[in-house]
Amino acid sequence: MSETRFQTMKDLPSCHLLGTGTALCAGCGGLEALHEIYDILGEKTVVVNAAGCMTLLAVYPFTPFRGSWLYTAMASAPAGAQGVRDALDILLAKGRLTAEEDLQTVVLTGDGAAYGMGLSATSGAIERGLDFLYLCYDNEGYGNTGQQYSGATPHGARTATSKGPCGYPGYKKDLFAIWAAHRPAYVATVVGAEPLDLARKIEQAKNRQGPRLILSLAPCPTGWDFDPSETAQIGRLAVQTGVWPLKEYRDGQVVHTKVPQKRLPVEDYLKRQGRFAHLFQPQRNEALLQEIQARIDAYWDNLQS
Amino acid sequence: MTRMLLTGNGAAAWGARLAGIEYLPAFPITPQTEIIETIAKWIDFGELDCRMTTLDSEHSMITAAGGAAVTGVRVFTATSSQGLLYAMEMLYTTAGWRAPFVLVNVSRGLASPITLEPDHNDILAARDSGFLQLHCATCQEVLDGILLAYRMAEDGRVRLPVIVNLDGFYLSFTREPVEVPAAAAVARFLPPFDAQNLGFRAGAPLSEAVAVLGGSPYSYFRYQHHLAALNAEAVFEESAVAFARCFGRSYQAVEAYRCDDAELVFVMLGSFATKAKAAVDCLREAGQAVGLLRPLLLRPFPAAALRRALAGKQGVAVIDQNLSPGKGGVLYTELASALYGQADSNPMLVSFIGGLGGRDISAEEFYEMAAVTRRAAAEGQAPEPRLLYAEAELCEIKKWQAIAQVQRAKEGQP
Ligand SMILES: Cc1ncc(C[n+]2csc(CCOP(=O)(O)OP(=O)(O)O)c2C)c(N)n1
Ligand code: SF4
Ligand SMILES: [Mg+2]
Repeated sequence: MSETRFQTMKDLPSCHLLGTGTALCAGCGGLEALHEIYDILGEKTVVVNAAGCMTLLAVYPFTPFRGSWLYTAMASAPAGAQGVRDALDILLAKGRLTAEEDLQTVVLTGDGAAYGMGLSATSGAIERGLDFLYLCYDNEGYGNTGQQYSGATPHGARTATSKGPCGYPGYKKDLFAIWAAHRPAYVATVVGAEPLDLARKIEQAKNRQGPRLILSLAPCPTGWDFDPSETAQIGRLAVQTGVWPLKEYRDGQVVHTKVPQKRLPVEDYLKRQGRFAHLFQPQRNEALLQEIQARIDAYWDNLQS
Repeated sequence: MTRMLLTGNGAAAWGARLAGIEYLPAFPITPQTEIIETIAKWIDFGELDCRMTTLDSEHSMITAAGGAAVTGVRVFTATSSQGLLYAMEMLYTTAGWRAPFVLVNVSRGLASPITLEPDHNDILAARDSGFLQLHCATCQEVLDGILLAYRMAEDGRVRLPVIVNLDGFYLSFTREPVEVPAAAAVARFLPPFDAQNLGFRAGAPLSEAVAVLGGSPYSYFRYQHHLAALNAEAVFEESAVAFARCFGRSYQAVEAYRCDDAELVFVMLGSFATKAKAAVDCLREAGQAVGLLRPLLLRPFPAAALRRALAGKQGVAVIDQNLSPGKGGVLYTELASALYGQADSNPMLVSFIGGLGGRDISAEEFYEMAAVTRRAAAEGQAPEPRLLYAEAELCEIKKWQAIAQVQRAKEGQP
């Protein structure tokens, strides 16, 4: 990572660009990541948003953004970005917009939109080579409607629509792989609790053209049921247990940017969150815990071989 | 100006070309596809300086159209039936953005059953979306309507998207002679898009379409939208005057045909009104004082013009090429609400449903509708809405059902 200007934590921006006092929950891991991302992306951006928690960032007549904003709908933020980007290009070509006035087109959505309803619009945008940066904050459920399970919900998690003894029966979809299969310009996973790794990836993404995804795990105290003060710890545990691999896809290769040397048991991550409490109480669900651990081990074992 | 033999789709493409469109988000659907194919060809062969992007769906297409319009370029797009409904969420949304662009809808009946042929259920499903609506009856009107639509959409008093509607097959694939004005003349009528306060640019941040909390700001923005739509009627009138001056063709919000001394009036939308005109001529020859009213502008609804034109008439036959199951015809309801409670003595309104899924309306049926309406006016009692269907058609359906039953019996199915 010698090419980065972010060598140590001291190199991270020291003041925040995104305003405070929004309607989002205390300890929101998605907002934590957005703060860090926006500091580096800067205000020469137009953020095209889909329905989700972040829609409540800009509530008339206030906005925490210093740049521009366009709210679309749940399914079509990438298409909104297409229209805006195409129009900016037309204006540039005709001399009605100067290069200094140009903006980065940024899509901001949750996992529900990114993994599900917006996937067709996203795939289309990537296939057309749209020059945009997609920011997905993955709180692993439809958070804004009360945390029902989505295509990003992990196996076994309790959500508002999976309250039984085994939690969510499905498995988390691999959005990173879906994106990478499109051969886009850049894909990376990040988490707000690893700000240096995040900053380097935003720097990478910012300096590339074409379709780019930043997929951020977004620990969600409200939906995952933990104390808002623990957001950063939960995020770090997600990395240390190997639940959330930090990696990037660039130039046709997948590279892991932070491999946990000695992975902590996944239990250390799960037992901190109320959404997994049923795996431990009233008695331990040994089979399910082992299955979850085995899947994580298999992921990392596959990497080594 | 040149005269060309153009289909309705060809006229729509020419309207877009002459309007100097800069951006075309697209998605194919019959019977609209010829429009985007025609424009794509012009772009590919360097005849038109426009960027075309094919999206993954009409939902995305309308999102991109709105996004580009609020960024400050002149946008055109087109769809039909299933596509219009697939885009429905974004029709409301982009109208709420106050994004000025033009959408051509080539009317086609809606599934189920799936069909390719026209009626107006698709376009009327978008009635309350906040788009303005022009309903064309000829290929010439399609071309001219698009130019008028941009004037309305982009006017500072309006700032709303407009749908220009034409009927599938009857107009989309029918060739008519069309006067195609010279580009320079069009440029005088429709100067390049002045985006004014619209647009995203560094150094001038803009928040578009932010959320509101509570009914008060929500109502405020909705009322603003409504008032802007109402303004569009005057803007239409002004634009039509300017249009007549530039091109010598004049348009009214409501076309009136042989109405002045008419006792009975047909009211209908779109290209089937041409059939009504022919019936009016025949009935006139037979000595009956019959006329036709055809709203070209449906949103904003030209209520005052309709009231004026219908004052003192005995009877009105409203012919709806749409069906709201469990209620009836949409245009009938709209007209009734415009006439009810007015001081003038009101004519008898009779509702007819016909022309669904491209089914013809015959001259005899027009004569019969006139007779039914005359009787209702004389008796002071409107009959239930009539669904136009001939005995021969019913026989044919019964025959098909009999064949199906025989086949099922042969295969041992109950
Ligand atoms: C077409 C449509 N269907 C449903 C909704 C309701 N809705 C609003 S936000 C939301 C959840 C979105 O989930 P996600 O993308 O994960 O974002 P989050 O709420 O978790 O921030 C849903 C289902 C909607 N706004 N639009
Ligand atoms: S529900 Fe979760 S993701 Fe949504 S604002 Fe609250 S903490 Fe953030
Ligand atoms: Mg979510």
